[in-house]
Amino acid sequence: MRDPQNKAGKEPAPAAPAAATGPIELTINGEKFRHTGDPEMPLLWYLRDVLRLTGTKYGCGVGQCGACTVHLDGKATRACLIPMAALANQSITTIEGIAGPDDLHAVQQAWIEHDVPQCGYCQAGQIMAAVDLLKRKAQPSDADIASLTNLCRCGTYPRIRKAVKRAAELIAGAKS
Amino acid sequence: MSAKLSRRQFVSVMLTASGALVVGLRPALAGPPPKVPMDMLGEALTSLGAFVRIERNNRIVVGARGCEIGQGVMTSLPMLIAEELDADWNRVRVEQLPYGYEIGVDGPRNRYGEQGAGGSTSIPNGWKDLRQVGAVARWLLIEAAAQQWQLPRERITTEASHVIHPDGSRMPYAELVERAAAILPPAEAVPLKKPEEFRIIGKPAKTVDARAIVTGKAQYGIDAYVGGALVAAIVRCPHLDGSLASFDDAQARKVDGVVDVFAIEGPVPGSAFNTNLAAGVVVVAANTWAALKARSKLKIEWKPGPWAEESTARLAAAAEEALKGEGLSLRADGDMAKTRKAARRTLNAKYTVPFLAHATMEPPHALIKLEPDRALLVASLQDPDDASTTIADLTGLARENIEIRMTRAGGGFGRRLKNDYVAEAVMVAKKVGKPVKLMWSRDDDLRHDFYRPFGVHRLEANLDRKNQVIGFTHLCAATPVAYRNASLRERPANTSVLDADAFPAGLVANFDKRFFTLESGMPRGWWRAPSHTFQAFATESFIDEIAIETKQDAVALRLALLGEPREIDYRGHGGPKFDTGRLAEVLRRCADAIDWKRRRTDGRGVGIACHFTFGGYTAHAFEVSVDGSDLKIHRAVCVTDVGRVVNPLGVEAMMIGGTIDGISTALNLAITVKDGQVQQSSFADYPIGRMAQMPNDVEVIVVPSEREPAGAGEMGVPTVAPALANAIYAATTVRVRELPILPELRRKL
Repeated sequence: MRDPQNKAGKEPAPAAPAAATGPIELTINGEKFRHTGDPEMPLLWYLRDVLRLTGTKYGCGVGQCGACTVHLDGKATRACLIPMAALANQSITTIEGIAGPDDLHAVQQAWIEHDVPQCGYCQAGQIMAAVDLLKRKAQPSDADIASLTNLCRCGTYPRIRKAVKRAAELIAGAKS
Repeated sequence: MSAKLSRRQFVSVMLTASGALVVGLRPALAGPPPKVPMDMLGEALTSLGAFVRIERNNRIVVGARGCEIGQGVMTSLPMLIAEELDADWNRVRVEQLPYGYEIGVDGPRNRYGEQGAGGSTSIPNGWKDLRQVGAVARWLLIEAAAQQWQLPRERITTEASHVIHPDGSRMPYAELVERAAAILPPAEAVPLKKPEEFRIIGKPAKTVDARAIVTGKAQYGIDAYVGGALVAAIVRCPHLDGSLASFDDAQARKVDGVVDVFAIEGPVPGSAFNTNLAAGVVVVAANTWAALKARSKLKIEWKPGPWAEESTARLAAAAEEALKGEGLSLRADGDMAKTRKAARRTLNAKYTVPFLAHATMEPPHALIKLEPDRALLVASLQDPDDASTTIADLTGLARENIEIRMTRAGGGFGRRLKNDYVAEAVMVAKKVGKPVKLMWSRDDDLRHDFYRPFGVHRLEANLDRKNQVIGFTHLCAATPVAYRNASLRERPANTSVLDADAFPAGLVANFDKRFFTLESGMPRGWWRAPSHTFQAFATESFIDEIAIETKQDAVALRLALLGEPREIDYRGHGGPKFDTGRLAEVLRRCADAIDWKRRRTDGRGVGIACHFTFGGYTAHAFEVSVDGSDLKIHRAVCVTDVGRVVNPLGVEAMMIGGTIDGISTALNLAITVKDGQVQQSSFADYPIGRMAQMPNDVEVIVVPSEREPAGAGEMGVPTVAPALANAIYAATTVRVRELPILPELRRKL
């Protein structure tokens, strides 16, 4: 189990707020971690600042933009709003863990096929939201796709729509 | 080898220790070659990053010099080099180059040429110099093959990273690298390919680093964690040009991980801009969360500044008052007094355009590491030249000792043409004495931007008996874009706000355009297609109003004004000529695509608009309906002529994106000011459009053209707001003359 905050292998300092609740153990992309820092730290900053999993992006910090979308026990969730204290024994998947190290998820593949990204900053969040949508709706309607609330400032929405439909085809094709 | 390169050359070539041929834009070295071991030299040359590297396995690595803000230059600029090099595009690897300032033999220069992103200039600039980079590399490889095969070079051709022998046999470029590197490059520019020889330019190319983006591996400035940098967050004074009265940091300092809390002064109001934007209290901490958490626990008293009374309402009133004056004449054609007397009919309308924030998805940030004799900056940028100057100004360091690592940027839209956040990071790092990564929150970003100017347009059209426009007056009162900017201040107040020669200037015999300056404490800057989003809403809405009032077809009226295809003078960026025929062509094609002539009976309305932006010609048409106060966009058509297209997929992306950005902004967005403070602070009150608000598709038509490429980043935005307003009128007979549209539509319905 890894705790990047505790490099010297010391016990957490008794005065640290973490001591009140003890270390938080959780699984991220299949690997177990122990968090010994501030339990109020949102998952977003744990992923970025502590684990350096920087694919999950900061866009607003208040759950409005979706750039930080990850999967919490398989469901799309905004990482900027969840404190680490709420994540004991939970399982998180980030954009880095959605496919194997050399593989692409069907959604990622569709994103490349339709050349969706412009600046690309929101796209990890968009992909995580789309993966979640396709789990719930294998053949999403236009309205289902429009229910995705992630913001894209570059205006890639039309290509996102096409890519989501393409991903649905790829997933259906793989199953049949 | 360098010793032989004593004459001044456009392109230089070096052989690295690894055997890679490196071609870049740099002058020949005047002195003897540096006395360093070859392996070190190789490393250094490679990391100095000339443009082209040919590896042993015949993979070609092409350097991308631009600031990639989503406009696709990481793909399109290397395409220009690869084309002339005759590289196999499918096997080209693109690498982002760092900022290339250096002291050359003739003084300071950028070894990569122009690296900034603004004014849709990356492609026009690259068209001029980057093709030559590829062409010289190819010239050398052919020369090397000619030597090896003992053939005249004219008999040798190239294709897909190979030279071709007259007998058809092929040799990979890699096998010629060493010989090529020993050849002196030509003193004169080498001939470039003819367009019919293009294999890469004009073919759709996908984003070269798309895989890195979709797997979360692409590095943005905000993703940098260099040298154990501490994280800084700043609470900035919310009052325009206000100052700090006092602060209590007792609670903030108790937050685990906080290293320091201190005040930084704001700039002297009105002083030239090369520093931060506002006074603030800085928290420095071990990580972002600690900095943000501690920041929220600060108790701060601010002192309002000289703009404490400023509000959007007062600015609107000031505009009314200003418009009664004489103003600054931008253009006066014919005899307006006589025209007014002769006119059978005169139409007037007033349009109001708000301040806008850029709201890049990746908020401003900067990581800076200062050492006694050098500095390192990692940040998402649009103007690395200005960032370099800013750091030099604040530290006294020589610019050649300031390293700037360029990264992919999470949007730009003009926000990153300012480097206030770089200045802040330097100010904080100087105080802390350690590397610092400055982070802005979304709240910081919306409250402390360089806003697109606010203004009021008053338009008047004088019509004769046949309803022909014989006189046109465009008065505009606005906050100039010049904000604490010495070079802008020397230019006329209308710069980047209102263009003297924009449509219909030069097309109506009697024409009067004047600008009236509104004083404001709001920081202003360039926002994607700056003057064009600001003025096209007024002019293109008004043309529609004239057509409706005089029962003319709005497309026919525009075509009549544009007249015979010809070039007329245009003094602004994108000039010196404006081609009426090209604008007419995009308009016609757009009208055809939306089926303009078909009468809609189902509550739907169609609106259209066209405009000339930075050398590109664009028309938009929308088909909309309004149900209650809900607007539905059924179809969106965008037709553009941006000259020769380098990457069709990229131009289409810019037009889709420009259209969506235009819709989002036109429908929803305004920054307002009250009591000298910006009122918006999140995506709740600055609601960038979401998917549900958008048309399912944007139908993009690109007019084939053999003209010089114009770039494409900005042309897709200006016509959106007027085309939408015109469509809403067609559907509802409600005329929206104030942006954003939706709040105004709800007031009027």
